[in-house]
Amino acid sequence: MIHVTINGKPVTLDAPMTIEQMLNSVEVPPNYLAVEVNADVVPRELHGEKLVGDGDDIEVVTLVGGG
Amino acid sequence: MNPDQSLIVGAHSLTSRLIVGTGRYETMAQMRDSLDQSGATCVTVAVRRERLYNQTGENILDFIDLDRYTLLPNTAGCYTAKDAVRAARLGREILRTLKNPGQDWVKLEVLGDSVTLLPDPVETLEACRELVADGFSVLCYTSDDPVIAKRLKALGAASVMPAGSPIGSGQGLLNQNNLRIILESLKRDDPAYPVIVDAGVGTASDVSMAFELGADGVLLNTAIAHARNPALMASAMKHAAIAGREAYLAGRIPKRLYGTASSPTEGVISTRPYGSSASAAE
Repeated sequence: MIHVTINGKPVTLDAPMTIEQMLNSVEVPPNYLAVEVNADVVPRELHGEKLVGDGDDIEVVTLVGGG
Repeated sequence: MNPDQSLIVGAHSLTSRLIVGTGRYETMAQMRDSLDQSGATCVTVAVRRERLYNQTGENILDFIDLDRYTLLPNTAGCYTAKDAVRAARLGREILRTLKNPGQDWVKLEVLGDSVTLLPDPVETLEACRELVADGFSVLCYTSDDPVIAKRLKALGAASVMPAGSPIGSGQGLLNQNNLRIILESLKRDDPAYPVIVDAGVGTASDVSMAFELGADGVLLNTAIAHARNPALMASAMKHAAIAGREAYLAGRIPKRLYGTASSPTEGVISTRPYGSSASAAE
């Protein structure tokens, strides 16, 4: 098990997993996303291979209305 | 399309000189209709955490025609250069995957205070420097301070966007003198440099005034979204932008202290009841 923070909330994942697997496990809508791990943007092309590790601080963002 | 009608910022040529925000609407449908009525071709969006665990809700991008609008992501909600840079990079990543032309630019907004929503000039300068180095076209939201405006341009900002008044305040252009100074200073030797008035617009005359002063564009959100009839206000803003820009290009008459008759003074059938005052002689 690993403990990470996703969008400011502590989350426990069964094991180290790829970003893509992590997104599935927290059930985010698949579109219009960007992911940041420890303050670095991880490009979409790498979501299937980059692993999320214990202690990682993850942000999953989308676009919303704003001025 | 008359090329003079285009607003050119960085690599982008926008056929409307209005940039409209997508926030604060009652419904997504109202937002969509208002954007349509405004005639804008560029709209701003914000970067925020996505809902986890499949909470229901709409995504704004389902209500924005991405073939019609270029998205301009903002860094709203950031109080430090570090966070603003992170937000800009995340916005760029989303637009890259959407293949939207807005993936190379950002509206930089770094606030100093959550009550006044005034920008933090120190953090804004730092973030601008970093984002320009990272290849962004940076449109910098700033105050009406001409010194900061000059510094932002010197750092390579693609556009400087001075506020008319605090965000969402509807007070219009509070310091027209400073806006005029900024326009003169940034466009000296560089008349095409885009200066966009951003923040505080309340109604159509504010938009028109900004263009009459010589602004290249106006960015607004709340004045439309919180109007009693947002779609109608959006239309008013569209017309105001055209009117103000045409008035600017047409060249206004000077303001005079005394009157100048617009009907001929020769051949009148009347007699002037009093002698003409000496000071009225031209």
